[in-house]
Amino acid sequence: MKSYPYQNPSRATWAEDYSFLNNDINNDEGLAFNKSYLKVKDLNLYIHKAHILKNVNLEIPDKKVTCIIGPSGCGKSTLLKTFNRLIDDTEGIKYEGSILVDDTDIFDKKTEITDIRKKMGLLSQRPCPLPMSIYDNIAFGCKMHGERNRKKLNQIVEEQLKAVGLWEEVKNRLHAPASKLSIGQQQRLCLARGLAVEPEFILADEATSALDPISSKHIEELFVKLKQDYTIILVTHTLRQALRIADHVIFMYLGEVIEAGSADEIFNNPKQELTRKYLEGAFS
Amino acid sequence: MSSNSSYRILKNKIAGGLMFSITVFSVLLVVLIGLGLYLKSVPIFEHNSFWHLIKSSEWRPGNNQFGFLPFIAGTLWITLIAVILALPIALLSALFLTEFSKSYLKKWVFTALDILAGIPSVVYGVWGTLFIVPWISEKLAPHFVEYSTGYTVLAGGIVLGVMILPLLISLFVEIFSAVPREFRDASLSLGATKWQTSKHVILRKTFPGILAAVALALSRAFGETIAVLMVCGNLPLLPHSLFDSCYPLPALIANNYGEMLSVPLYESALMLAAFLLFIVVFIFNASSRAVIYRIERKFK
Repeated sequence: MKSYPYQNPSRATWAEDYSFLNNDINNDEGLAFNKSYLKVKDLNLYIHKAHILKNVNLEIPDKKVTCIIGPSGCGKSTLLKTFNRLIDDTEGIKYEGSILVDDTDIFDKKTEITDIRKKMGLLSQRPCPLPMSIYDNIAFGCKMHGERNRKKLNQIVEEQLKAVGLWEEVKNRLHAPASKLSIGQQQRLCLARGLAVEPEFILADEATSALDPISSKHIEELFVKLKQDYTIILVTHTLRQALRIADHVIFMYLGEVIEAGSADEIFNNPKQELTRKYLEGAFS
Repeated sequence: MSSNSSYRILKNKIAGGLMFSITVFSVLLVVLIGLGLYLKSVPIFEHNSFWHLIKSSEWRPGNNQFGFLPFIAGTLWITLIAVILALPIALLSALFLTEFSKSYLKKWVFTALDILAGIPSVVYGVWGTLFIVPWISEKLAPHFVEYSTGYTVLAGGIVLGVMILPLLISLFVEIFSAVPREFRDASLSLGATKWQTSKHVILRKTFPGILAAVALALSRAFGETIAVLMVCGNLPLLPHSLFDSCYPLPALIANNYGEMLSVPLYESALMLAAFLLFIVVFIFNASSRAVIYRIERKFK
């Protein structure tokens, strides 16, 4: 069991409650960057004249949970949405630098944006089921990518709903509107919908902040389970969540990456003064 | 202190009561107009049954023959054509403006649309008479029929379509813009293209709203008078093709209101025309509301 001898007693208790989540078998080997799919090089991002992301350089380890933490407005979500270029639709956006996914620069004009996005499942803050049935929500992505075979779609829907533990709850009402599900179920549905297009990454933007504690726990458990197959990048406001599930932590402040490293390092032995202050709750 | 407080409460009560009565008054206006039109048109029912008036296409006021079918048909035809022409254009432009275009382009287009919406009806009529009517008569009609004056159902439909276009586009843009960004993000992040997102998510999500907008535009179109009157020929005959003249209800009323006193039942007949228009719009609005309500429940 991984434990963080963390200063703040209340957070430490929380972390303990969820200790069962830590099933990281590779823990003893540390965070070897055996494979880094996602590399950010000298990324600068401007919206109109505001400099939102400043000279960001990052490597995201493969098949791990990476948490991006930092105070509100520090550019965490912007960075996340830059990974799949959802930020493109923002008025007045301009970027420099590069983000390499499997050695392809996603800003390259030749890169097909839909291919990039297919690789990155996004889980937003509030679950957002599309205005269609549960079944169609899961099948949506596959259909958009040209999959028409009914049998195959059925199989994908069942598989993904099982992967997020929703199958038993909804198997008898697959054709009911997805908006009828509870909010926690909706978030798992959204996760399954993202998984159905076979991404390599899961980008989660404060994916549990709108959920009740039980549903959040569900989602966190899923992340820990899913990291065997996916690289998970999680923006979170909740330090204790990062504490519970992160393998790798990135701390951002005012558009800059202040510190990045293994969760152990950042939480127990932060190198930067700013990181230490943030973790102690001096500001948020 | 307490007297001040009771004064406050009294004021609140008076304001509430006043606003209630004003609201009731506006609703009552609708009923009063309908009732007034009905009472004025009662004399004509003494000679003809309601169904006979609606089904007959004989219009000879001198002989006391009042068949409203040509007028009703003319109104419906023109409105239908206008919507068929304007709907796809409005939908696609609104989708383009909300989903694809940059915002500076949006500003330009909105300015142009505002101007288009602000042009007086009669100017549309002149434009139709000068350009659409000759174009139909000389260029289009010869391919289909032997002879057409150009003053046709089609001309009315085209002019009316252009007139409701700015209304439809701005309604659609508003409806599409109201879709939260999360829906687009959800669809786009699955790798769907913008067009797929527009088609499968935006249009689907806003379907009830689209219907409501079309209903609103239709109600507007039913009553449009001057521009249509100038280009549709105004012959009280049942149109059999797009290249026949027609005579919509509002045009009938506007053209004949001055001379109605010479024929005893004429006034009553024109009032019935107004009443019919009233009923058409009323039924239309009510039924579209019912449909939208049902669909909204299904889609939410």
